[in-house]
Amino acid sequence: MASLKELRARIGSIKSTRKITSAMKMVAAAKLRRAQASAEAARPYAAAMRRMLGELAAATKGEEGAPRLLAGTGQDKVHLLVPITSDRGLCGGFNSNVNRLTLQTIKKLQAEGKTVKLLPVGRRALSFFNREHANLIVDQVIGFSGKEVPFSVASDLGNKVNALLEAGDIDVCTLVFNKFQNAMTQVPACQQLVPMVVDDVVATASAASAPAEDAAQYEFEPDEATLLAMLLPRNLQVQIYASLLETAAGENGARMTAMDNATRNAGRTIDSLSKVYNRTRQTNITNELIEIISGAQAV
Amino acid sequence: MPIQIEIISPEKVLVSREVDMVVMPGAEGDIAAMPERAPMMLLLRGGIVSLYDNDAVTDRYFVGGGFADMTATRCTILADKAEPVSEISIDNATAALEALTEAWDKADKTDISRLDVLQDKILSVRAEIEAGSSAS
Repeated sequence: MASLKELRARIGSIKSTRKITSAMKMVAAAKLRRAQASAEAARPYAAAMRRMLGELAAATKGEEGAPRLLAGTGQDKVHLLVPITSDRGLCGGFNSNVNRLTLQTIKKLQAEGKTVKLLPVGRRALSFFNREHANLIVDQVIGFSGKEVPFSVASDLGNKVNALLEAGDIDVCTLVFNKFQNAMTQVPACQQLVPMVVDDVVATASAASAPAEDAAQYEFEPDEATLLAMLLPRNLQVQIYASLLETAAGENGARMTAMDNATRNAGRTIDSLSKVYNRTRQTNITNELIEIISGAQAV
Repeated sequence: MPIQIEIISPEKVLVSREVDMVVMPGAEGDIAAMPERAPMMLLLRGGIVSLYDNDAVTDRYFVGGGFADMTATRCTILADKAEPVSEISIDNATAALEALTEAWDKADKTDISRLDVLQDKILSVRAEIEAGSSAS
């Protein structure tokens, strides 16, 4: 049985842990609200981009020599996986879910005889894959999460992917990240970036534009191919940006939930420790009394 | 009849309102969007987008390249980077220009496609500095 002094120290330390976790929860809640707002604000750009891309893809459909970002390299040999995690832990299973899904995907692809390359984003993914698959890592991006995500991070990342693709180093590029559903739930998912999954984009664009807009033919300046070549890398960046924002929001949501649980657990531990503490104290008093009484009787 | 103008940067929507005319810097020359214009998609260079109400400029925004999508009733500008001219920081822009000039000096002069990209960036930053200094 632990002594009273030890118990007091333990209760004290758990109390200060509870203070820290509840403060972290508050901070995460505030950051979550901000991250959600910026994810919200980024949506119109992505929507407008999709609309333009749909128009352009429809206009250039069937032409030879489509850009690689749209059509891929025509092969399916080298896969680039981009797991996106946060830089810091203490957010429940948020990061390990992404890492685990990536690991499964790597195994699956390797079993099919494909080459896999990795471009981890965020410190958690980087350190995880440095242990597991250090030889597959081609590049890395870290040190932005926790703050507002600047668009430049996404554009740098997009440029890296694009450069790899143009050099013929990769054939397919897939993002692995946590899709933000609400503050409590984030679902890890894969999203293929290259070649672009164009069908639904074109379908939604033509469905939206056909009845609403007048049927007049679009003019393009400069020509369609040039515009498409400029627009596609942008679209890549925008998609990456969207997933970064979702990760930022999800990280804070997950941390909020995790810290809420931790705070509650700490409370529970304090309760049970206090119970033990009080019982021990009472036992000590009783013991002392028995000693005194039996001493008095002996006289 | 006014047209609906939207200037959108990746981070947020800067402007969404109705104006009489918008003049924007197309990659091959300035272009005005007016009501009843034939639909058009346009590549933008770095420069100033001016919003006109009743033949007078009411607002000016700097865009650092991007795309524009015009139809008869609306005009959507997707800017890589956008800010009101009054908020341009000349110091930041000058620093960016110096960095770019350095990159230009170091760049491999035979790699035309990379030089083109750099040149576009330099021109865009120069336009930003010019716009900023004319505003203040």
